Amino acid sequence: MTRQGVIAPVEMANTAPTNVLVVGVGGQGVIMISKAVARLCQENGLEVKQSEVHGMAKRGGSVFSHIRFGQEVKSPLIPQGEADILLAMEWAEGLRWLPYLNPERGIFIADTQRIVPPFSCRDRNRGAESGYINTSVQELVEKVPNAFAMDATSVATELGNARAANTVLLGALSTALEFSQEEWHRVIAEAVPPKTVGVNKEAFVKGRHWVESGETATDFSSDNVISLKEPRESRLEITQAWCKGCDICVKMCPERCLQLDQHQIVQLIDEKRCTGCRLCEWLCPDFAISVEAK
Amino acid sequence: MGREPAGEEYYPDDEVEVLPLMGNEAIARGAWEAGVKVASAYPGTPSTEILESMANFPAKEVEAQWATNEKVAVDVAIGASFAGVRAFAAMKHVGVNVASDALMSQTYIGAHAGLVIAVCDDPGIHSSQNEQDTRLFCRLGNIPLLEPADAQEALDYTRLAFEISETFDTPVIVRSSTRLSHTRSPVRVGNRTEIDCRGFNENPQKNVMIPSHARLSHPKLIERESRVGEYFDQIDLNHWERGDQKVGIITVGTVYSYVKEVLPTASILKLASSYPLARETISDFCNSVDRVLVVEELEPVIEEGLKVMGIATEGKAFFPRVGEFSPEVVRQGLESAGVIESLAPKPLLEVEPLARPPVLCAGCPHTSSYMALRGLNARVLGDIGCYTLAAIEPLEAIDTCVAMGSSIGNAVGMAKAGTETRPLVATIGDSTFLHAGLPPLIDAVYNEVDITVLILDNSTTAMTGGQDHAATGKTLRGEQTNRVKFDELVRATGVKWVKTVDSYDLATLYQTIREAVEFKGVAVVISDRPCVLDPVKIKGQPFEIKAELCVACQSCMNLSCPALVWTDEIFDGHRKVKIDAPTCMGCSLCAQVCPTDAIRLQQRGSGNQ
Repeated sequence: MTRQGVIAPVEMANTAPTNVLVVGVGGQGVIMISKAVARLCQENGLEVKQSEVHGMAKRGGSVFSHIRFGQEVKSPLIPQGEADILLAMEWAEGLRWLPYLNPERGIFIADTQRIVPPFSCRDRNRGAESGYINTSVQELVEKVPNAFAMDATSVATELGNARAANTVLLGALSTALEFSQEEWHRVIAEAVPPKTVGVNKEAFVKGRHWVESGETATDFSSDNVISLKEPRESRLEITQAWCKGCDICVKMCPERCLQLDQHQIVQLIDEKRCTGCRLCEWLCPDFAISVEAK
Repeated sequence: MGREPAGEEYYPDDEVEVLPLMGNEAIARGAWEAGVKVASAYPGTPSTEILESMANFPAKEVEAQWATNEKVAVDVAIGASFAGVRAFAAMKHVGVNVASDALMSQTYIGAHAGLVIAVCDDPGIHSSQNEQDTRLFCRLGNIPLLEPADAQEALDYTRLAFEISETFDTPVIVRSSTRLSHTRSPVRVGNRTEIDCRGFNENPQKNVMIPSHARLSHPKLIERESRVGEYFDQIDLNHWERGDQKVGIITVGTVYSYVKEVLPTASILKLASSYPLARETISDFCNSVDRVLVVEELEPVIEEGLKVMGIATEGKAFFPRVGEFSPEVVRQGLESAGVIESLAPKPLLEVEPLARPPVLCAGCPHTSSYMALRGLNARVLGDIGCYTLAAIEPLEAIDTCVAMGSSIGNAVGMAKAGTETRPLVATIGDSTFLHAGLPPLIDAVYNEVDITVLILDNSTTAMTGGQDHAATGKTLRGEQTNRVKFDELVRATGVKWVKTVDSYDLATLYQTIREAVEFKGVAVVISDRPCVLDPVKIKGQPFEIKAELCVACQSCMNLSCPALVWTDEIFDGHRKVKIDAPTCMGCSLCAQVCPTDAIRLQQRGSGNQ
């Protein structure tokens, strides 16, 4: 990348509030990071409103927190297109909230790590692809003027605690807000579990240095999507004469598409559900089932 | 905040400091400052933190406790008010449905000592089964209402609510919403005012609601409505901002902040309450502008009130009756009303948002129960709690979910209908069972139906963040207390077949539920394992998948476990699976369902951590 990456600090003396949107997946520390930012602003004499949604926060769902600060703040929610900073702890979550980013001067900071939800893996057919978003880091960096995409999770993992990825990102964010490093270190120490203060401070410094060194995107290796290019359909053949109704295949079928009929012979009850995984073929002690890819 | 100071008598000059408080914390603080003595609640998002923060105040000042359900919470508060001390209850919007039986009578009785109910609505249905508007309940029960717009008002209005309650002899509802409850902003807090106990008021005509007494009370309610309305006119709570006279906007609660954000120059009347309306103030405001728009979330309560008053107004013609408001929703409404010009910002990048529904956690003890029920091909009547998440793909193991405790009653009804061929299983969490599951279980025994009830006992109220209840043996303040035992409780109702089983033992769980289903009559299975997150995080040794043994059959992926992810390694056209060790809690369920024994306990020192 040739683009100069260092973040110009957001102007905080404006009458309009400064808007920071922190997003991620439940369990990543979205709320913890937002509280730290809000606290710092409050201690600097600014009016702060921090708004979030609880409940699903621990359940792997999408989590967001709006932080607005300045001389006077009205709406606790950032209007679309007005976020000065969008801090995303997960790739697809950053993309979800992109319409909230100020299109001209908004700063986009995201972890390139993908957390693929179980819901994206529900198509189990032969050759099925993950339902995860395929917008690449490269595409984003080209379209969004002030985008910073870093593999914060790997940085944190190298430091010995993958959970500190959020403070790596906070370090990157810190370059956009004019608070001293000492102040940041103090709010981090207050926010994270006591045992992890050291690693979190290191993580913060790593994130801050990454931006200060002029980086904008770590690498594009996470953009490489493996395509299966396999036939999608499968066909199940049952040799009824060989089936003795032992029920093994019925019990083991992950998609529950087999059943014993009234003669205790196995039958396929839902052709659409069969993914062609071949478990029934392999487990049948009587070789009564075969699966073929169409 | 630009809000004008309210009547002096209600805001004694005792501000001590400014604290960053969530709306819920501010409500609790307001009640505490008002000298509340007894506070009770059943947890429910977004209201849970109110009682949790109430418990941070000294026990000698306020008795704060979890109730079995919202009706009990309100009854406890009513009892304390009868006894002559200020009393408080908190709940989410649907909790009012449960509490309404008591509330609709108590409004006839009034409030001897201050009686305030905080209700948190959930517009947008972030974590609920509906988005009903509590303001309609206030109108139904003639219960005066206060609607704060931010955390400062949440504190001030809650304090004021106790004064109104005692002055007008009425319960008062303070209505919050998800946005207010979960927004943190600076609040000027004050000291606690100790209130002397009023003692019990021996007045059967007032306190005993028999028909002859209720008939006397009802006209007083109607009269009270107009007196409180006049009071809302007099005190300086409604905030009138004079601006552009072409359009006047009447709004209430958090929506006010969106209006200010989008249209700062408008004439705005921000009401303190939608019920009863400050009619005179409203009339004056409407006369001062050319066109009146009502901007209110959910139901057109104010708009209809204005129409009854004969004021030409618009509102729901431009603003939705569903969902949560935001600056965007208000902007779009004002655009369609022709008040502001349309802005169509060009997106930087068109991206279809990823579907990321909340799921059962890695290691969740509920998962196995629904795997077993899938295997049994049961008709599963669900209930309110984390386990409702088992309804979505890939588990798809819940057929219905109505309201707290409905599962068992629904199963009774389906059994009585006599048409269902699959086994009927009601699944209900421990806290939900205590809340509203016992009466329908007794009904099932009494009416002799053939159903199975699966009590998913994870020893906490998990969905709301892990609150204690009567079967955890701990109080809201974390002190040891008596503990309800489910097997004893269930047997006492007359259930003959009760078994407790370890949730992490899938085979035994499956066999036990199968036996229960085969039993003729009411059978109860208690699946027993603590929640992996609350009260303490339970992180066991993680598992790993031997890639060379994985046949990519996706059996484990049916668990919908967030720790199981696809790899780029392909076997026979399907993706192999790996375990994300930091996410894995070590529950072993995936190892139990793996047909090729590819999933093993991670060797210490190996793996990616």
